[in-house]
Amino acid sequence: MSLLELDKVSKVYKTGTFGGELKPALREVSFNIDKGEVISLIGQSGSGKSTLGKIILHLVPPTSGTVRFEGTDISAIGKAGLRDYYRRVQGVFQDPFSSYNPLYKADRVFDMVKSVYFPGVRGTDWQAKVEAALESVTLNPGDVLNKFPHQLSGGQQQRLLIARALLLDVRLLVADEIISMLDASTRVDVLNLLVDLKRRGLGILFITHDLSLGNYISDQTVILRQGVVVEMGETPKVLGNPQHTYTKSLLAAVPQLHKKWGELGAGATVIPAGEVRAGSSNGKIAHDEVGRYSKSPLHPLRQGRGGSGGPLSSVTKTAGGRPSLMELEDAPWQRRGPKAKKSPSAVLSAYPAPPLQECEAGHFVATES
Amino acid sequence: MTASPGEIGPAAGVEEASSLGSSSTEEVGAGSEPVLGPVGSIAGGGVEARATVAAGAPVVGAPSGLGVGPRQFTGGRRWEFLYFALRNKKLLLGMSVELVFVVLAIIGPAIAPYNPSKFVARPNLGPSGAHLMGTTYFGQDVFSQLLYGLRDSYLVGFLGGLFAAIVGMAIGFSAGYRGGVLDEVLQVFTNIIVMIPSLVLLIVISAYLKTRGILFEGVFIGVTTWPWVARAVRAQTFTLRERDFVDLAKLSGRRATSIIVKDIAPNMASYLFLVLILLFGSSILLAANFDFLGLGPTNTVSLGTMMNQAMLWSALQLHVWWWFIPPGAVITIIVAALLVANVGLDEVFNPRLRAT
Amino acid sequence: MTLEVDKLQISYRTLRGDVRAVDGVSFAVDDGEIMGLAGESGCGKSTLGNSLVYLEGRMKHAGGTVRLDGEVLPISDQRAMGRYRLKRVSIIPQYAMSALNPTRKVGRMTAELLKSRGVRYDSVEEELKRRIDLVGLPQGVLGMYPFELSGGMRQRATMVISTLLDPSLLVADEVTSALDVSTQRAVGEMLMEFRDERFVKTIIVITHDLSILAQVADTITVMYAGKLVEKAPAATVVGEPLHPYTQALLASLPEVGVRYEDAPLAGIPGRPPSLLHPPAGCRFGARCPFAFEKCSQDPPFMELRPGHEVACWKAVRDIGGTSVLAEADQPGTEGPAGPGAGSEVPAVPRPGAQLASPTSAVSPGPGEWTGQGTGQP
Repeated sequence: MSLLELDKVSKVYKTGTFGGELKPALREVSFNIDKGEVISLIGQSGSGKSTLGKIILHLVPPTSGTVRFEGTDISAIGKAGLRDYYRRVQGVFQDPFSSYNPLYKADRVFDMVKSVYFPGVRGTDWQAKVEAALESVTLNPGDVLNKFPHQLSGGQQQRLLIARALLLDVRLLVADEIISMLDASTRVDVLNLLVDLKRRGLGILFITHDLSLGNYISDQTVILRQGVVVEMGETPKVLGNPQHTYTKSLLAAVPQLHKKWGELGAGATVIPAGEVRAGSSNGKIAHDEVGRYSKSPLHPLRQGRGGSGGPLSSVTKTAGGRPSLMELEDAPWQRRGPKAKKSPSAVLSAYPAPPLQECEAGHFVATES
Repeated sequence: MTASPGEIGPAAGVEEASSLGSSSTEEVGAGSEPVLGPVGSIAGGGVEARATVAAGAPVVGAPSGLGVGPRQFTGGRRWEFLYFALRNKKLLLGMSVELVFVVLAIIGPAIAPYNPSKFVARPNLGPSGAHLMGTTYFGQDVFSQLLYGLRDSYLVGFLGGLFAAIVGMAIGFSAGYRGGVLDEVLQVFTNIIVMIPSLVLLIVISAYLKTRGILFEGVFIGVTTWPWVARAVRAQTFTLRERDFVDLAKLSGRRATSIIVKDIAPNMASYLFLVLILLFGSSILLAANFDFLGLGPTNTVSLGTMMNQAMLWSALQLHVWWWFIPPGAVITIIVAALLVANVGLDEVFNPRLRAT
Repeated sequence: MTLEVDKLQISYRTLRGDVRAVDGVSFAVDDGEIMGLAGESGCGKSTLGNSLVYLEGRMKHAGGTVRLDGEVLPISDQRAMGRYRLKRVSIIPQYAMSALNPTRKVGRMTAELLKSRGVRYDSVEEELKRRIDLVGLPQGVLGMYPFELSGGMRQRATMVISTLLDPSLLVADEVTSALDVSTQRAVGEMLMEFRDERFVKTIIVITHDLSILAQVADTITVMYAGKLVEKAPAATVVGEPLHPYTQALLASLPEVGVRYEDAPLAGIPGRPPSLLHPPAGCRFGARCPFAFEKCSQDPPFMELRPGHEVACWKAVRDIGGTSVLAEADQPGTEGPAGPGAGSEVPAVPRPGAQLASPTSAVSPGPGEWTGQGTGQP
């Protein structure tokens, strides 16, 4: 039994002025998280990755599908059950600054945990517990206690939040873009801390838009696009040998230090701009965005760092035209269709998630239309 | 959802649009200095915190001391507010005027030379040493009436404002925090209340009530004005509940009421304060209107009833100006001072408006 | 040189005193050059970029000059700067996504913006349409409200509008940081194309992301605690950085292909100093594993190799040898750093004092750092 099982989780949001439009944010997402495993959930903004994190944290209810934690469906756990659930499942969010109420001192996040979960613990015992938790995230209690959030660095803020989770009997940590707002010099410390926690047996869902970060720490990778899993499996296989065009295009766009964007597209098949502007009235997802970029069938993953710097300002033009972002951003339901779907289930059945197939052991890829 | 615009979320579109409106309008649109930017707003939540990027609150407690990280300011805020509050002329002016009148209202009955409703001298006497503001058609002392009336006007303003604040905040917080069906139901309810013509309602109620007191008037004003508070609070709560610290409080097992009281409300305290001041002022004004039309309290004297009496007994035609000018002027001054203080407070709370 | 910044000082007024966010910064940007300006949050990079276009109310021009096409920019005079904005200098602000007025259609807003600069809309309409085509936007955007555009479209619209009058200098402040990788790439390539098409002469790209700069920039300037620490061609900064800070920054970047098991990365322990009372001497000294006695003095920002300027005593020692180190002690070259050294501007030895000798170079690559200090603060 996995720690957490996601079974065909879907979410449809109501948007528009009068809540008249329905947007599927997630469609039939299924994967498991095991003990001592880091899964990175990679997707662009709007891919639904944060929504999935919130569903797992029981902050947002799924429209359909089930989330099971240690075998129990979390949709029916009730108030007492929820309190117990949060003892084991915790989250850390993207913006460290927004995670702290600016009016209070930063260590209030510990006090909140104490008042609910450890009301009986004596002051000194609690102090010792807090200090132990801080120790395990390599924070010096004197540096961070009794301070306002703005007096801490972003890295300290995020580590403090992880320490907060460790006060509880946490088994699953949802880390939603927790390092994207941090400076490069402190990012790595937080990343390394996550690996440390994983080695202690925690399951970690690492949500990010940055493939290199996901690649750095995760065992499994799930690529999410417009609410659908397009590729997933063991990280070295998914990112080392990407099968889906979307994954490839994402990889090609990652800015690298020693390789220029243009060079990555060497020998790639290029579809001229404007040639594939796939219509989408039938509900199939257009996959023309990739055509605007160079396709790189084999991405130079694992080539390691070093190597020569690219020639100065000699940028090879990649495609026949400008990469058009509109295709990337517009999901079919975002273009104005003739008639909006009325019920969430109708929306979901109108845009079904493509089935996943195992292309090699431990590597699944969605069929492309 | 702060840094990933377009992340699908509940009401994402609406919210983004509204926060855009909040700050960029003046910057680019107004065209006084239209560089493209610098604009401190950002799509999504956290409008207030981000706004400081452009406007820049002077740093009080920033450790690295640099304005580039806007997020470093918030902690020392309370002191910062005090600092600017004590240096804001508008606020100080408005508040000192208000203070003078409040003191007068409190000690008024004690220092009033005469009983306001008793016949104490000849009617329609002009201002003199014995009667600072003269006497009415009934030989009552206008100055004494003013002192008593001041107290009642403040009382009505306070009662009305308090009632509106309590009801409005209760409904605004629940609608904004819970959202969904509850929000929709409360919205409909709020809109119905807004649409009730309060004057007509008051006239109808007056027809049935023998005596109307201060309490009745205050509550009536509260009942008809709370929707404005509710709307403002709901909108703010909507933004604040998207902040991560609210989610974190939920993850800590906190209950909704505790989150609203301890996490959400304090973060909009400045905003609430402004709303309350405006509410207070408008209640006083509204009460004066009702009183002037003869719908006010029947058993006491207020600034509005003084003017009502003056009008009824043709003070204008008889040139008894000392009967209606003082109460009118006092109401005007009270409300004007409140508005000036409000503008001052706005500058204190909102760094964008501060003159640096 | 299109842009020449000389000993520029910008400070913020705060309740506790002036914070020198940009402290004696000198650099030049060539015609056709895209200069990347990198650094951690709070290092003053945004302040520097913004000050070239728009000095906010509480920012103060405390010294130094900025020349654009040989002409001194009146950066402290907002009224005078108004004549330069959009025509000569332009900025894409950090939150460009929301810089568009939501109540105006894009076309009308552009017209108003142009009118405020004394330019008739008709006179540039054709060019505007051409550029809208060029960036892949439909002509219809001019008749749309900003909220009808997606994030990427808004970003492109902002870029087209802000460069419509072919300014000499464009400051792009963190334009890629909130974007997804694919959008980042598109925006980055658009910047390069705008330069190639001569819509702008020079671009300063401000970001905390060195890998983006490695893609788009010709030269990279690294800033730390209000001062420049290194400037060189992009490939040199990325490949053979001389300043320990740059090396550490690069070593902390997880690149594609690097996995934790293979090569755990290390961050930089410590925090940048407060700029309210900056420490004497090298500002990175407290966090630098290579710091030695000399570092208690302010290191000059000097050209150690052709086109490669660095402010670091260790680099001076490694490349020039100890004799140069002693020479640098001569009065006039560098003032001893007292407690108030913040206001002291180190003399910048320009080409005359060149120490370049590429052959004898000790080049500490990023690898030199990786082995060090895996420990946490």
